[in-house]
Amino acid sequence: MTAYVRTEDAPRLPAPANIVGWRAAIRERLFPTPLSGLASIIIGALLLWVIWTIVDWALLRAVFVAPDRTLCNVEGAGACWPVIQDKALQWVYGFYPIDQRWRVNLVYLMGAVSLAGLLIPRIPFKGWNALFFFVVYPIATFFLLLGGVFGLPYVETSQWGGLLVTLVLAVTAIVTSVPLGILLALGRRSEMPIVSLLSTIFIEVVRGVPLVLVLFMAANMFPLFMPPGVNPDKLLKAVVGMSLFASAYMAETIRGGLQAIPKGQYEASRALGLPYWKMMGLIVMPQALKIVIPGIVNNFIGLFKDTSLVTVVGIFDLLGIVQSGFNDAKWASAQTGNTGYFALAMIYWVFCFGMSRYSMYIERKLNTGHKR
Amino acid sequence: MTAQAPDNRTVSPPPTEARGSWIYDPKLRGILSQVIVVALLLWGFYEIIANTQANLKKLNQSFGFDFLSQASGFDLSTALVYFSSSSTYGRALWVGFLNTALVAVTGIFLTTILGFVIGVMRLSKNWVVSRFATLYIEIVRNIPLLLQIFIWYALVLKPLPGPKQALNIADSIFISNRGIIMPHPEFGDSTWIAILMLVAALIGTWGYRRWARKQQEQTGQARPVWLVSLPIIILSPIIGLALAGWPLTWDFPQLAGFNFKGGMTLVPEFIALLLALVIYTAAFIAENVRSGILAVSHGQTEAAHALGLDNGKTLRLVVIPQALRVIIPPMASQYLNLTKNSSLAVAIGYPDLMYAGGTVNNQSGKAIEVFSILLVVYLTTSLLTSLLMNWFNSRMKLVER
Amino acid sequence: MKLIKNLALASVFGLAAAASAGAATLDDVKAKGVIDCGVSQGLIGFSNPDSNNNWSGLDVDFCKAVAAAVLGDATKVKYSPLNAKERFTALQSGAIDVLSRNSTWTMSRDTTLGLSFAGVTYYDGQGFLVPSKLGVKSALELGGASVCTQTGTTTELNLADYFKANKMEYKVVAFEKNEEVLKAYQEGRCDVFTTDQSGLYAERLKFTNPAEHVVLPEIISKEPLGPVVRQGDAQWFNIVRWTYFALLNAEELGVTSANVDQMKTSENPEIQRLLSVKVKNPDGTEADNDFGKGIGLGPDWAYNVIKQVGNYGEIFERNLGQSTDLKIARGENALWNQGGLQYAPPVR
Repeated sequence: MTAYVRTEDAPRLPAPANIVGWRAAIRERLFPTPLSGLASIIIGALLLWVIWTIVDWALLRAVFVAPDRTLCNVEGAGACWPVIQDKALQWVYGFYPIDQRWRVNLVYLMGAVSLAGLLIPRIPFKGWNALFFFVVYPIATFFLLLGGVFGLPYVETSQWGGLLVTLVLAVTAIVTSVPLGILLALGRRSEMPIVSLLSTIFIEVVRGVPLVLVLFMAANMFPLFMPPGVNPDKLLKAVVGMSLFASAYMAETIRGGLQAIPKGQYEASRALGLPYWKMMGLIVMPQALKIVIPGIVNNFIGLFKDTSLVTVVGIFDLLGIVQSGFNDAKWASAQTGNTGYFALAMIYWVFCFGMSRYSMYIERKLNTGHKR
Repeated sequence: MTAQAPDNRTVSPPPTEARGSWIYDPKLRGILSQVIVVALLLWGFYEIIANTQANLKKLNQSFGFDFLSQASGFDLSTALVYFSSSSTYGRALWVGFLNTALVAVTGIFLTTILGFVIGVMRLSKNWVVSRFATLYIEIVRNIPLLLQIFIWYALVLKPLPGPKQALNIADSIFISNRGIIMPHPEFGDSTWIAILMLVAALIGTWGYRRWARKQQEQTGQARPVWLVSLPIIILSPIIGLALAGWPLTWDFPQLAGFNFKGGMTLVPEFIALLLALVIYTAAFIAENVRSGILAVSHGQTEAAHALGLDNGKTLRLVVIPQALRVIIPPMASQYLNLTKNSSLAVAIGYPDLMYAGGTVNNQSGKAIEVFSILLVVYLTTSLLTSLLMNWFNSRMKLVER
Repeated sequence: MKLIKNLALASVFGLAAAASAGAATLDDVKAKGVIDCGVSQGLIGFSNPDSNNNWSGLDVDFCKAVAAAVLGDATKVKYSPLNAKERFTALQSGAIDVLSRNSTWTMSRDTTLGLSFAGVTYYDGQGFLVPSKLGVKSALELGGASVCTQTGTTTELNLADYFKANKMEYKVVAFEKNEEVLKAYQEGRCDVFTTDQSGLYAERLKFTNPAEHVVLPEIISKEPLGPVVRQGDAQWFNIVRWTYFALLNAEELGVTSANVDQMKTSENPEIQRLLSVKVKNPDGTEADNDFGKGIGLGPDWAYNVIKQVGNYGEIFERNLGQSTDLKIARGENALWNQGGLQYAPPVR
């Protein structure tokens, strides 16, 4: 041991000011290089400007209480919120008769409870719940909303509207597109040449055309193909069009999952002597579906957004009913449209963002088995 | 288990008898079920045709495409080729197709750029930049496109002044709620000299690029490629025009009465539709780009740095080419989506193919004919796009040993 | 694609399809117990829903009149709001039984669409609406203007013709939905809004500031608006047509919803025939006067129409006349003997 070797640690000095503390954090995150700093400033300013514009319009200059359009119809007024308040019930129920709206509420409630049971992993009885949601619920909804049985007055579909139509379209398309998609995906991968050819043609044709065209054709041409005198309901035509459209996309998503299953799985189940449907139902599908659940949820999000297109063929879904409200002489003003669109964008956003977050959550949860 | 195996083989009867009846022969069953499917399908088609014929007969209508040569009687707000009310229905559909193509091509070009920028921004270390990109993606992706189109249309129209108070940029570009009106170039007869020069410049720079690459492979000396070729490509047609004695004249828009005369117009419907399509699709492309870049292993970047490549070169020469392989396939379907989504133009009155088809159908009453034309056109476009992207994809594919 | 090819093949080789005759519309309607009536998506005075989806207007009242004639109950109508583009297809396909949606009677619609117009319930003409601050006094000053209109209408076609005939340039801005047209016009996307003149008055009421817009004096087209039915069902066509004539005859004879019950005892043979009242002879014998039979309806057909809906004059006054916000004068729509064009053949 020589004297010039220190035996104890040198006293610790605080880290230089430029690498710790908030100043360093700002510097590190916002101004690492001059170019990056410039980007921070420009984009930050843009962001602030957008936020300020929205806050100014939606809160500061907005009209919150008004009996009719007169207050909103002045130069420089911001959002006209009383319109929303006045129209809210119409947005939710459409033109559904007021004394019958409990039926819609019951449908909403059943859907919400059953869906919560399905989506929250901790709640038991998943199988029964799924059976309820995918089989019992749609049938119950059909009779409950349409009526004409059990003493319920008949409410024709032209009186439905708003969120009700949007949800009916979305849920029906979701519920039908999964089984149809599975069948189509199996058909496309089938060894029977004709079945595979037909499935492929169907999938590619539907995926190759815009949904608006499908809806237009369903609305305009469908009745021409029916026996004379048979004329399906307008909403039903849209539902059928959307379901077929959705099932083609679903089929491709599911096919992706099928392709990801190693060949050995098929061969092993064959070797065990399982016939085709048992092999698919017990071995392949459970694995494939698990892989593609995020993809399926993404399809659902797209489907939910796409329901807005029925507006173009004259069905009063959420978007359609909001737009028809712009023409109300009581509320027509320069800001009515903007307020309606803003509120509508928020509604759609909440639904879709919720779904996408759930998809990410479930993806993380399911991913565990595949990590090695 | 192994001990029993030979026993089993001897005990089990021959397989043909094990199946017992022909009903259990998978091959036969396959054929049988396909025959049933085909029969059902033919029956369905027969029913549809019979019903349609009966319905058409009831309506005193016939099936045929000769209505396409009839005068349409309506006008369209914007057309790339001449169109007036005395043009035919067929022409109206053609104008619609060109308008769809215009939106789709410009849209694809712009959305690719925006998508790449946002995707790279999302991965940025800069907090503001990455948060902005995230916010952008999460907002835009979760609102229906149709609603966004309506919103953009309202936002585009509202702040713009009328034609008389139009924003005037150097007396040549006018921005008003009639659209963006720009000078329209008109080329004289001797323009071919400039075109020839341009072609020569393109061939020349292509040759130079090949030479430069060879030089680099042989000597390791990198030659500036873009720095040389870009000015040549830009300058040569200008020199060509000068040589030809400036055959180019500009048709300047002028305010006459209600509106501008002359020039070319980008109508607000086009601008709103383009904005909505570009911004919406870019959010999806950005996500593809992000996952593509993340898919390139970090070791690649480190190796490139170790070789002495700077950040830009690492991105351009190492990361992007590898990321592209992941990015291109989903990109193709985004391009197709954009093209198909352009049909939402009907909602704001931009005369695309869908709009023209709808109007022709309404004025002529030929639903089956018009919609089958639309079906064929959209299908062919999709098919061609996916073929093109498949070809591009196979070119970019990793050449594996 | 296969379908189209098959269709083409089938039509070329004239493959005889089993064309079922299809039930007559009258039987259909009686079986359903309700009439499917195509109306607009909201045009004040013609067909407009209130916030509880109760419909009112001239076109709506006509649907009610047909329902009263056929089913004896004017409330047995199911309204299908249709946009201009889908209306004829909806009728062709059988989605609706009668189209009463301010549709213009034209030769091509009457002959090649497989449809028949049953009459003219409203004589209209296309006009122009401009902001008064433009200072335009005549449609002939509109050269170069941008014009907002709805696609798939005769309006769109007349517009092209008018500007062409007067050698003026213009820019058309056409939308699928009426709401979009109105919105675009009010936001200044175009200088002029054009549709049938009655429509201009009706739509102006919805504007944020109706007083700032004027209707130009020119009427550039003939727009005879009327109910439409499918071609080939003569019975149903007659029912719709004679319901309309009954409305006119009732007005001409002074029969209203208020006095129709008294009128049943009228001695006027014309009224007796209209209401199918049995003629009592002085000798105590009775003679039938049943004209409903000819169109497959009961003797009360016209009585029900007038009792439940009123005559043409009442309908007009209720929906478009001086007591409404529209304040449209009878004009061409007055009866023939009062200087108008509304003229019905007699019931006899």
